[in-house]
Amino acid sequence: MDEAAALGSPAVGPVELGDLLVQVARGDQDAFAAMYERVVGPVFGLVRSVLRDPSQSEEVTQEVLVEVWRVAARFDPAKGTAMTWVMTLAHRRAVDRVRSEQSASDRELRAAQLSGSRDYDHVVEQVEARLEREQVRRCLRTLTQIQRQSVTLAYYKGLTYREVAELLSQPLGTVKTRLRDGLIRLRDCLGVQG
Amino acid sequence: MKTAELHTLTGAYALDAVSGDEREEFEKHLRACSFCAQEVAELRATAARLGQAVSEQPPAELRERVLRRIGEVRQESPGGRVAEEAASVRAPRGRPRSWHIWALAACVAAAGALGGVAVWQHQEAQDARQRSERAQDRAEALARVLSASDAKAVPGAELPGGGSGTVVLSQSQNRAALVVSGMPAPPKGKVYQLWLNDGGRMRPAGLMPPGSGSEAALLEGKLDGASGMGVTVEPDGGSPQPTSEPVMLVDFPA
Repeated sequence: MDEAAALGSPAVGPVELGDLLVQVARGDQDAFAAMYERVVGPVFGLVRSVLRDPSQSEEVTQEVLVEVWRVAARFDPAKGTAMTWVMTLAHRRAVDRVRSEQSASDRELRAAQLSGSRDYDHVVEQVEARLEREQVRRCLRTLTQIQRQSVTLAYYKGLTYREVAELLSQPLGTVKTRLRDGLIRLRDCLGVQG
Repeated sequence: MKTAELHTLTGAYALDAVSGDEREEFEKHLRACSFCAQEVAELRATAARLGQAVSEQPPAELRERVLRRIGEVRQESPGGRVAEEAASVRAPRGRPRSWHIWALAACVAAAGALGGVAVWQHQEAQDARQRSERAQDRAEALARVLSASDAKAVPGAELPGGGSGTVVLSQSQNRAALVVSGMPAPPKGKVYQLWLNDGGRMRPAGLMPPGSGSEAALLEGKLDGASGMGVTVEPDGGSPQPTSEPVMLVDFPA
């Protein structure tokens, strides 16, 4: 904890996450501890959103962070920010866990349960209620309903676009397109650069 | 899937909302479409913002566990190869290098025609060269284990899905290899991962190369007194620790 504080000591100002990751790639455990503090909240929140189960979420969060340590050298600042790199790894890992654990029939059941017990606006609302960042919430509101439902079900619930299409009773092609143009609208609203 | 159709998949792909097959097909497409690669990078960055928005602190004990764990996990070196191996295995690199020059020449030629794409292709060529060097290093290390004067074969049990495996150990090389025959392909989106058993603790020893139903794979890392090895089925890319029951477990002779 104090190694972390030392690294980000006020004299030099906060260290960029990307720079920390470069140090981590060289085997610097103090840099890893400092990086941990910055990414663990977003990673755990995202994994938990996809997996629901708290203990499984902890387990996958641990896997993600150990993986960050192991493959830190693959991070390439030219291809995106460190936070994006870590979150991409976390989402992939959470989704892989969900899909490896569920046979096809289980997943159909899960889709059915999702559709039976709650309506999607409620799912979206639940997610929105947890959103800490006003900007993201505001930008999600600029999406059409189908765009917003498609993006949030796919990302926060880890569903495939096929499952989203079934759940929303929309043609596959429509959901595919909405995922893309919904994200593009979000990108522009949030001012994200690749 | 047609190219135009593939292109609309950028959003679904950036959200990991595609099946394993589509992921593979799309990644092939990405390598040939720098525009798509740029779009995917931007959409992923957008998705990451959605992720950050649901940030939640895990129990404090997790920190201790993770920090302890990284002390036990070896890192990949920048080439993607375990640092220790990089230092110990140095092979002549005749063919890959000449291939590299050829690839570079091809990129320069493409640069005239395609402008900006070239830089990215050069990166691809370098990645391919590194992969090829790794493959050659591994093949040579494998050959050294299999042909070592003290090489010892330890038969493994039948694999559950058919096929069998035999471990070849060489104490002088301090390495082990797994020779399999008739091993069924892992389920979609899964890989066979190899492990060395350090007295009950499984140490990752690399992945079985895909499509290697009947061949030999070198275990990554040194034996260093390992008491056995195992094979598990893991999600694509492998896991830091086994997440499934082993399909094969072999004890090394004392």
